[in-house]
Amino acid sequence: MALIRDDQLADDDSRLLTDDEALPGTGKIVVSLARWQKERETLVARKAPVGVRLKSDESPEAIAADLDRLALVELEFPKFRDGRAYSNARILRERYGFGGELRAVGDVLMEQLHFMLRTGFNAFEIAGPDPLEQYRTAKAEFSVWYQPTGDGRPTAISLRHRMAGNRNER
Amino acid sequence: MYNGRPMRMIIANRLNDGRVVFYKAGGGWDIDIAAGAVIEVEAEEAGLFAAAKADEAGCKVVDPQLIDVQVDGGKPRPVAIREAIRAFGPTI
Amino acid sequence: MYRYDEFDRKLVIERANQFERQVKRRLSGELNEDQFRPLRLMNGLYLQLHAYMLRINVPYGTLSSRQLRCFAHVARRYDRGFGHFTTRQNIQYNWIKLEETPALLHELAAVEITGIQSSGNCVRNITSDQYAGCAKDELADPRKYCELLRQYSVLHPEFSYLPRKFKIAVTGSPKDRAAVAVHDIGLRMHRNEQGEIGFEVLVGGGLGRTPWIAHTIRKWIEPEHILSYIESILRVYNLHGRRDNIHKARIKIIVNQMGIDKYRELVEAEWQRIKDSALKVPAEEIERIDRYFAPPAYAKLGDATELLGRQRKASREFDRWLDANTVEHKVPGYRIVNLTLKALGKPPGDIDADTMDAVADLADRYSFGEIRISHRQNLCFVDVRQDQLHELWQALDALGLASPNLDSITDIICCPGLDYCALANARSIPVAMDIRKRFVDVDELADIGELKINISGCMNACGHHHVGHIGILGVDKRNEEFFQLTLGGSSDQNASLGDRLGPGLPQSAVPDAIAAIVERYKSLRSEGERFLDTYRRVGIEPFREAVYGKDSEKAVA
Repeated sequence: MALIRDDQLADDDSRLLTDDEALPGTGKIVVSLARWQKERETLVARKAPVGVRLKSDESPEAIAADLDRLALVELEFPKFRDGRAYSNARILRERYGFGGELRAVGDVLMEQLHFMLRTGFNAFEIAGPDPLEQYRTAKAEFSVWYQPTGDGRPTAISLRHRMAGNRNER
Repeated sequence: MYNGRPMRMIIANRLNDGRVVFYKAGGGWDIDIAAGAVIEVEAEEAGLFAAAKADEAGCKVVDPQLIDVQVDGGKPRPVAIREAIRAFGPTI
Repeated sequence: MYRYDEFDRKLVIERANQFERQVKRRLSGELNEDQFRPLRLMNGLYLQLHAYMLRINVPYGTLSSRQLRCFAHVARRYDRGFGHFTTRQNIQYNWIKLEETPALLHELAAVEITGIQSSGNCVRNITSDQYAGCAKDELADPRKYCELLRQYSVLHPEFSYLPRKFKIAVTGSPKDRAAVAVHDIGLRMHRNEQGEIGFEVLVGGGLGRTPWIAHTIRKWIEPEHILSYIESILRVYNLHGRRDNIHKARIKIIVNQMGIDKYRELVEAEWQRIKDSALKVPAEEIERIDRYFAPPAYAKLGDATELLGRQRKASREFDRWLDANTVEHKVPGYRIVNLTLKALGKPPGDIDADTMDAVADLADRYSFGEIRISHRQNLCFVDVRQDQLHELWQALDALGLASPNLDSITDIICCPGLDYCALANARSIPVAMDIRKRFVDVDELADIGELKINISGCMNACGHHHVGHIGILGVDKRNEEFFQLTLGGSSDQNASLGDRLGPGLPQSAVPDAIAAIVERYKSLRSEGERFLDTYRRVGIEPFREAVYGKDSEKAVA
């Protein structure tokens, strides 16, 4: 399993803990929402980076107040067809202003890369050969987007009317 | 019917063009049901079906299924209306 | 009609290129069927009983003659010479090869047509009134809003993996020809006191296993807020819709489970957060799209009353066709013409390549090069000069497209059914063709009047049987095909779901049952009363008795 973050292959310096595992003293860890809610004080006091993994039926609301303490939020795709993480990603980025790493984990396919990029994911766990090649090929597939999301990419509407505006200026 | 069990065949859709095909005794697939293997002995079923599934993994066909057939005058015919329509085409 | 600009064109080409890559990866095994299925469905490609079926969007049912000629070419080059128009203003081809689909999609992209999201768990084709822009009873042309919604919904990153499919319909007229009350979202146009246009938003309608009439979630929304409001509805659905059972995954289920008040509360809360975001539609964009729907260059004509009067007298057939198949136009001197694709001996909604070309030529000559598709699987020329009606009628008659049966008992909606569809339980097309054969006398058709029969081959209700005046549903009972009848459904502004008549009938008994219902109707109707109104007045018992006799729950087998 490879990790791509911000368009590059990256070392995964974080470790996903089970709910029962002892907390290591150092190192970046990721815990489930249930564990975060149970051991929040301990995890916050730990002075090492921590992240939370949300299942597809868990709401970002549950960690909204703590986002500035989180180095990383992982959103799980139990099956690639479960599209809830797309909404949850946008809620984290756009409603709550989360600026840390937003990582897609689980059944993550490059066929859905554009949807993930546009909804705010900037990190991806990718299976299979040549992950960076897969990623780059998928990313190059589209250059036109209709809908505004929080990703700042110019939509067709904004480009059309910016252009029309430019023409009027001449 | 043979020993109280219906006879079976293996049906699938060809991957590249979607056409309905039947698994043949020596391997491979044919559009004509008459060329397909009619399975009369339960013990043969598993082996043939495994070979059919291997062809699915090998990107030749999609979704092989075992279906019940009856044989009239040497010609096999699916028992279910749906499979008969798949075998012989639309009725209109 | 809308013409692609450089952005629209680029997007569909990129999409076609992406699909080409995806097909290669499927054929080589890099993608398995499970991974590939949603990808091909989101381009409109199904694997059906006999072959791949490709469904192509005709956005809000508006087609140019150039596009129709491309459909004819596709039918010849990639299929068996014909296509089938559906209840969502789409066209389907039944004999497509996967390996040829990328080339096919590129050819369609060149004429600004795609299969994007005609299937899949995403927002489907935005459908509308086939008379949009021309109907006398219309408030305003709804199609600019449909186009806005189309672009908004195409490859929406957040809503491409919804719990289930999502269908939106828009009507610009209080007379609802777009069946908005049985869509996941329906938009009904209104004018406020200042004379401004806005929409009533309906949510949670649908047919299928658990049919439901939509609820009003909001009485009024301004056009500039339409996208943000719909985004709110979709977001709540995406997060809360059920994903445990595909038969319980549509928005109608969750709306009825929560109750419309709770659902509205969630939507309104979300909408308050996003209504002033970049989703607010700039007036310039609405105006830009609106320019594409500017009325054609109508000639300044008066109504050709005298001429038509003479032509009517000279030909009984022309007179009958004029009454049955044509409709008042909002511009003097023009008329809306319907071509029913319900010929004797042909599957309803089917059209062959040669006829498509001929219709395209007639569209160029008589209707500014435009064709409309209705959800009843018929075609329309919506801008025909009254003084050219007689000439057009003759040309249509020569093509077998002048059958005066619009909205009559032989203008049947019929899904492809078990002859083609992998989901079906029974064959629907032979039932439609048998009924068609039974009622050939045009005087009888006129006497029976408006009677809409809708036939579905399974509970998925693609034939809209729940909202037929007479609905027919195919079921499988121990490997035999049976048909359940319902009465009293309607998809217009007074929408209703049909009532079950009785136990399923074998295929051979259906035409007799229909005939018995018609006879009973004729014996009970008051002067000029159409079937639906008689049914609503007298109830189901007289019809139940007419079909089943006194012992109406006796099993028929």
